[in-house]
Amino acid sequence: MLTVENLDVWFGHAPERVDAVKSASFTVPQGESFGLVGESGSGKSTILRAITGLIDTWSGRVIVAGEAIAGRHRSRAFHKTVQMVFQDPYASLHPRHSVDRVLSETLYLQGMDRIDQRIARLLDQVGLGQGFRFRYPHQLSGGQRQRVAIARALAAEPKLLLLDEPTSALDVSVQAEILNLLGDIRAERGLTYVMVSHDLAVVAHMCDRLAVMREGRIVEQMDAARLRAGAAEGDYARALIAASTGYARET
Amino acid sequence: MTQTTRAWLLSDAPQTRRQARLGALYQGWLTFRANRLAMVGLAILVLLVLVAAFAPWIAPQNPYAQNLAERLRPPSAQHWLGTDALGRDILSRLIFGSRVTLFIVGTVALIAPVIGLFVGTVAGFAAGWVDQVLMRITDIFLAFPKLILALAFVAALGPSIGNAVLALALTSWPPYARLARAETLTIRNADYIAAARLQGAGPLRLLIGHVWPLCVSSLIVRVALDMAGIILSAAGLGFLGLGAQPPMPEWGAMISDGRSYILDFWWVAAMPGMAIFVVSLAFNLLGDGLRDVLDPKGARE
Amino acid sequence: MSPLLSVRNLRVSFPTRSGMFEAVRGVSFDLGRERLGVVGESGSGKSMTGRAILGLVRPPGRVEAERMELGGESILNLPEARMRRLRGSRISMVMQDPKFSLNPVMTVGRQIMEGYRLHTGKSRAAARDKALEMLAAVQIRDPERVFHAYPHEVSGGMGQRIMIAMMLAPDPEILIADEPTSALDVSVRNEVLRIMDRLVGARGMGLIFISHDLNLVAQFCDRVLIMYAGRVVEELPARDLHAAKHPYTQGLLNSLPRLDRPVERLAVLQRQEGWRDALPAETP
Repeated sequence: MLTVENLDVWFGHAPERVDAVKSASFTVPQGESFGLVGESGSGKSTILRAITGLIDTWSGRVIVAGEAIAGRHRSRAFHKTVQMVFQDPYASLHPRHSVDRVLSETLYLQGMDRIDQRIARLLDQVGLGQGFRFRYPHQLSGGQRQRVAIARALAAEPKLLLLDEPTSALDVSVQAEILNLLGDIRAERGLTYVMVSHDLAVVAHMCDRLAVMREGRIVEQMDAARLRAGAAEGDYARALIAASTGYARET
Repeated sequence: MTQTTRAWLLSDAPQTRRQARLGALYQGWLTFRANRLAMVGLAILVLLVLVAAFAPWIAPQNPYAQNLAERLRPPSAQHWLGTDALGRDILSRLIFGSRVTLFIVGTVALIAPVIGLFVGTVAGFAAGWVDQVLMRITDIFLAFPKLILALAFVAALGPSIGNAVLALALTSWPPYARLARAETLTIRNADYIAAARLQGAGPLRLLIGHVWPLCVSSLIVRVALDMAGIILSAAGLGFLGLGAQPPMPEWGAMISDGRSYILDFWWVAAMPGMAIFVVSLAFNLLGDGLRDVLDPKGARE
Repeated sequence: MSPLLSVRNLRVSFPTRSGMFEAVRGVSFDLGRERLGVVGESGSGKSMTGRAILGLVRPPGRVEAERMELGGESILNLPEARMRRLRGSRISMVMQDPKFSLNPVMTVGRQIMEGYRLHTGKSRAAARDKALEMLAAVQIRDPERVFHAYPHEVSGGMGQRIMIAMMLAPDPEILIADEPTSALDVSVRNEVLRIMDRLVGARGMGLIFISHDLNLVAQFCDRVLIMYAGRVVEELPARDLHAAKHPYTQGLLNSLPRLDRPVERLAVLQRQEGWRDALPAETP
């Protein structure tokens, strides 16, 4: 579904050029859920932004559903195949657009028919219901906003969903609801996920396999069982797993 | 207003598009109403519009009728605000002058921010050489003092009220372009723009549907606050004899007429001055209130 | 021993269009020389409790309490001038993001010195020594260099350590830490916690640790208050947190994905209206 080979992403020009991602390679087969973990600045979100064309300074080979992509421009087919959910639900919805406007514009852009019915179905699917259709973002809680963002991503009926820390801005109880929702949607539609997170427990719960990133490089790939067992090969990944299990008091 | 209408408007779960829109408007109105001074400003401006609309019925006398026997009379029961050097009733002239003022303010307020919005958002959104070219043009306009530039325009086009308005509009758009560009720069990298891009939205759609609605509110606030300045500039042009031509009752020109008698017959210049002051103040108060309502960065959560 | 801080029936309310909104609704606790964790979700009133103690609730917000005493002295609604003297010297606060709490145009060293001199009135030389000593105490390897650095030149973890150094310089009795590690990466987080752990332990301070992270609080604190909708719904020793009785606490714990316990679906918290009004469960 998604193949990334020798992906380099950089910002700015020499001599101030910053290499955010350095020769990253990974493959996500259809139907799999793949995690990208790492600390802030490790380049994990940057990979998603390069794939979607939000960053155009990259090189390497990226193949999405058999279609090789380049630069900034993406085809109509790409937008129908790949969608993204952003980290901060407070920043990813236009403050002056109602839920109705967001979804109907998306459906229109994706060339969908029967927009009214589709909006109703999408809202039901993400567990919001019709009562939310004409609300503005400021009338929604963080979790509800993220549900709207998920509905927007699902509107095009994509095959590959890129999730950029979709729950890190939410409370744990809301996080559980959103993660369950994402799990249900994947089971129902057979979607492929690529999920970026700094929370290893969330990735272990959501993903089959994952890559650990550090300073722009993928240092290790493993499956979720190994992550849970703490049986990473490299020192860095092991230290990361140990650190995220919590804090041990001295006194 | 009945309780049910109010509840319907303030509902957190509007059932239709119309209810959602009206609800948002009503919320804004409530915020605006909480600002007492802004309400005072609004009241003054509503009054001004009414006065301008009904000038022929309100004005006690003909604003053009000269009566040299009655010249330079102080305020009295017959002439509430006194008379000018040609014996014309100042109150009547002020009332008719409000039409001129509204015309100037309204036209400038329509033209300048629209040019500014267009130039600023296109520059900010397109970036690269488009941005460079548009902003350098803006800089050139900004480099001249506004009134001097307007004077040059009017001098070239010939003195008349229409040309004065045009000159004012052409010289007052650069600050709006700057403001709109700054706003656009913060908006263009927002996640919601990225999300719309991922749906395949083109630049024109993003600009008009996503960037403009967010820029417009701060521009409206800015325009309301600048109104006072525009009135003063228009009065300035009138004062210099480059705006409204006599005998048209324009407030700035009226001050100019009263200039020579200012020590002995103060009311001739003071009355139109007061009118300019009150209206400018009203626009400023209104602008403050609008900022509470429209500025997303305001105190309201 | 009498408590350092004693709070009874604290209420914080804000006027809104639809009447008064009560952010904190009758919170009571005593703080000794211990680490008290305050946990809850956003909107539970946990941060507002901390701000109320420090007198940082801005009008039109209102703070009321039967009692709010620091070492036997009432600190409820003190005039701003007296509160300012208290803040920093006797109670300090570390906030979530050091980026917003440090002055960007002043060097780190000057900021620490300034705070210290304001509260102790010591000489510049003494303040300088103290600042360097504090920077060393928060395990900054090259205190001289950091002393002359501007806040934008240091990393997030370093910034938070600087904040701790600054807040602890005047030797306060109580430190209120509001989500001090939420903006940090896990590895850095543990370092910062370790430093706070040592300093607070060594000085015998009282610590109020406000966090949304139950596991962290369970591991770091002695005692935990769980807040829901402006009330304390449960109070218990931190080591017993996983045996919590209140359904809200249990629900929060169960909704967390865990590395050591795979589940097919996460348990979802079913909120009950009764929790808003229930009195805190008795501590054994």
